[in-house]
Amino acid sequence: MDVTVEPPLGMLAELTHRCPLHCPYCSNPLELAARSDELTTAQWLDVLDAARDIGVLQVHMSGGEPLARPDLPELVSRATDLGCYVSLVTSGLGLTEDRLADLVERGLAHVQLSMQGADAARADAIAGAKAHVRKLAVAELVTAQDLPLTVNVVLHKANHDQVGAIIAVAEAMGADRLELANTQYYGWALKNRTALMPTREQLAAAEPIVRAETERLRGTMEIVYVVADYYEPYPKPCMYGWGARQLTVAPNGDVLPCPAASVIETLPIENVLTRPLADIWYRSESFNAYRGDAWMQDPCRTCDRRAIDFGGCRCQAFQLLGDAAATDPVCSRSPDRGVVDVLLRANVEPEDAPAFVMRGPGAAR
Amino acid sequence: MTDPGKPRLRRGVRLTFDKTRAADVVLFPEGVLVLNPTAKAVLGLCDGRSTVDQIVATLGERYAGVQEQDVTAVLERLKVRGVVEWT
Repeated sequence: MDVTVEPPLGMLAELTHRCPLHCPYCSNPLELAARSDELTTAQWLDVLDAARDIGVLQVHMSGGEPLARPDLPELVSRATDLGCYVSLVTSGLGLTEDRLADLVERGLAHVQLSMQGADAARADAIAGAKAHVRKLAVAELVTAQDLPLTVNVVLHKANHDQVGAIIAVAEAMGADRLELANTQYYGWALKNRTALMPTREQLAAAEPIVRAETERLRGTMEIVYVVADYYEPYPKPCMYGWGARQLTVAPNGDVLPCPAASVIETLPIENVLTRPLADIWYRSESFNAYRGDAWMQDPCRTCDRRAIDFGGCRCQAFQLLGDAAATDPVCSRSPDRGVVDVLLRANVEPEDAPAFVMRGPGAAR
Repeated sequence: MTDPGKPRLRRGVRLTFDKTRAADVVLFPEGVLVLNPTAKAVLGLCDGRSTVDQIVATLGERYAGVQEQDVTAVLERLKVRGVVEWT
């Protein structure tokens, strides 16, 4: 292979799949790892050492809810001492003033707080838990520690109408960054796609609001808007290239080129307990499968956009077409774009949406 | 006429040396920048107390041929990336 493999920049450490929330768009797989499958503290410490050795500089402590792991402080200390920038990706539930102060003392650099809607009634219904009011308090704790705060919101049919109010809440929270990410359909979100997919009208209504607010808040709060790719003419540049910048370690030690990659049934998944991380990053079949462009089919193979979007998302190609090497069918140049258009035509208005299948053990069946 | 403000690192921004890449890097929420020597020298002086003029003067004492527009350009790029802000 004539591809130069660069060291990874970031690692998503999914410490656990346990979570107090039940969001129907969760990116965790439908088969959630049980507590008994989780790596031990010593194993996670080894993962952090190995990750820093191969070049990881950004560590996202995530899950599930990472605060569910009692050893989180120890893991934050290790990652920080190694020279990594440590972000906590959290629902906020369980984050007390004392716990946060301890994590900051150990070097925690940044908090990403999820939010499900603009008000408690809507947000708690989507989260399947009483959480919204607690999140507002957690935002205060974070900014009081002078830590940068990112608020993460997944947008979908049941909250898209609130986008302006959501921006106002994040601004009032004192957030430095707001990620407004339209749902990407993997895991639980794929299962709930009809209930979640925004309508074209919802997207059109949100667009001028997001544009104006992004401009108004420039220099105060950065707004990152992730588009609804099914409606776009070209696919997202997923992961900025397969195995190019990031890796994900699942609660059981599985190492994935992207958080959703376990959906690709044809991909042989490696595990940190059976193969060194450096070997997995540089030499494994799974990380090399879609690196560079030698794997591409037509029309990607000769496309002038192949260095821009890398053929789009491998997981989406597999889920919608059964072939992870196919052009992402979102692309207007894909011969299979019709598969996506059928889904868009079958979309329903918010008042006709089916009930959510809420995330939880055993709920997938 | 240069900016009268005093640049400083935004909250959450950290400077470190990465042994894997053998390079100085600046780390911030969702970002990593590998620094060239100029950017490293400029960032090291963004203490929130020095004006851009003072930063240019300090660099001029240490290095030959420091141009004000080069320093301003570096600062502007770092501002756009959310690494520095003006007090």
